[in-house]
Amino acid sequence: MAGTAVVVDSNENLWNGGTEPLKASYGKLMMWFFLLSDAFTFTSLLATYGFIRFAHPAFEGEIENFVFSQEYWPIPEMVFNAVPFLHGIHLPLVFVGIMTFILILSSVTMVLAVDAGHRNDKVAVEKWMLWTILGGLTFLGCQAWEWMHFIHGTEAGGQLLDGSFFHGANLSLNQYGPPNFAALFFFITGFHGFHVFSGVVINFIIFYQATTGVLERRGTYEMVEKVGLYWHFVDLVWVFVFTFFYLV
Amino acid sequence: MEQEIKGLDVTPVDKDKIKKIWKVTAILFLATVVEFIIAFTVGAGALKTTVFILLTIFKAFYIIGEFMHLSHEKKGLVWMIVAPTVFLMWLIAAFWIQGEAIFQAIFGS
Repeated sequence: MAGTAVVVDSNENLWNGGTEPLKASYGKLMMWFFLLSDAFTFTSLLATYGFIRFAHPAFEGEIENFVFSQEYWPIPEMVFNAVPFLHGIHLPLVFVGIMTFILILSSVTMVLAVDAGHRNDKVAVEKWMLWTILGGLTFLGCQAWEWMHFIHGTEAGGQLLDGSFFHGANLSLNQYGPPNFAALFFFITGFHGFHVFSGVVINFIIFYQATTGVLERRGTYEMVEKVGLYWHFVDLVWVFVFTFFYLV
Repeated sequence: MEQEIKGLDVTPVDKDKIKKIWKVTAILFLATVVEFIIAFTVGAGALKTTVFILLTIFKAFYIIGEFMHLSHEKKGLVWMIVAPTVFLMWLIAAFWIQGEAIFQAIFGS
């Protein structure tokens, strides 16, 4: 029938294809769903941490009298109290605090990179992506030092049943407390560290594409936004790891 | 017709937006400082744990909402991401309660 007016009901046609009902591109949506599934993985790790931690006795008594023992769960601030170049000085949680600020700052530079991407400002994208990559690498370096210190242990070390001494921690021995404490430390911070590492690699790829003009020719800097989502998620996970592993 | 490959038009910086980003940064920074102060002044217990968890959720709200821009997305997308986290919270709570029960079974009198 020629001349029949077609009334387009925008609500009814919203989900029939050809539009973006959620006002977000396919890639961005899929990144969100991936991050949600990743959140489930990290949650299961933190749930396991709580499960094992609360099944162990806690240290009773004043914190000044705390000594490492296999009998109870260690107090994190007594384990993580070392800072590079300040050997032997008791600085509880200072180094891990510095790491937290580094990661938050690299998250901020990522927001600025995403903002620059929205404005199609190639130079600003390059600048802020580079800062973000540097922040990520610094964090990884700090974590490598933290692991090294944890693995090598303190001078006092721990004593085995046969009277011999050992230092530090691995997956079967742990001078700081129950072996599971070290296992969870390696798994949780290791899994997060691997995310940081892959984030740095992905950030570098996007930085490279921005620099060589690939994103410019594509006509949109949305890839910066997508990797930005991933990078913020890595920061978000660290906020939770910091609270549940180091503070509580 | 010859087509010239032109660069994209660069939009100037929105000062207010940048200001907002640094404001959120300051909030996250302060929340972490408060966490540090509490870590060394308040004795271990339920109160300390509760404050830490609340501050963590407070920080997560700003990171997800502002940095990841979720607060400014469509309501449908927001709920798609936020609603399933209910299961995550229950998972954590269930495992922690179970851990406590195992502690009671082994060490409880």
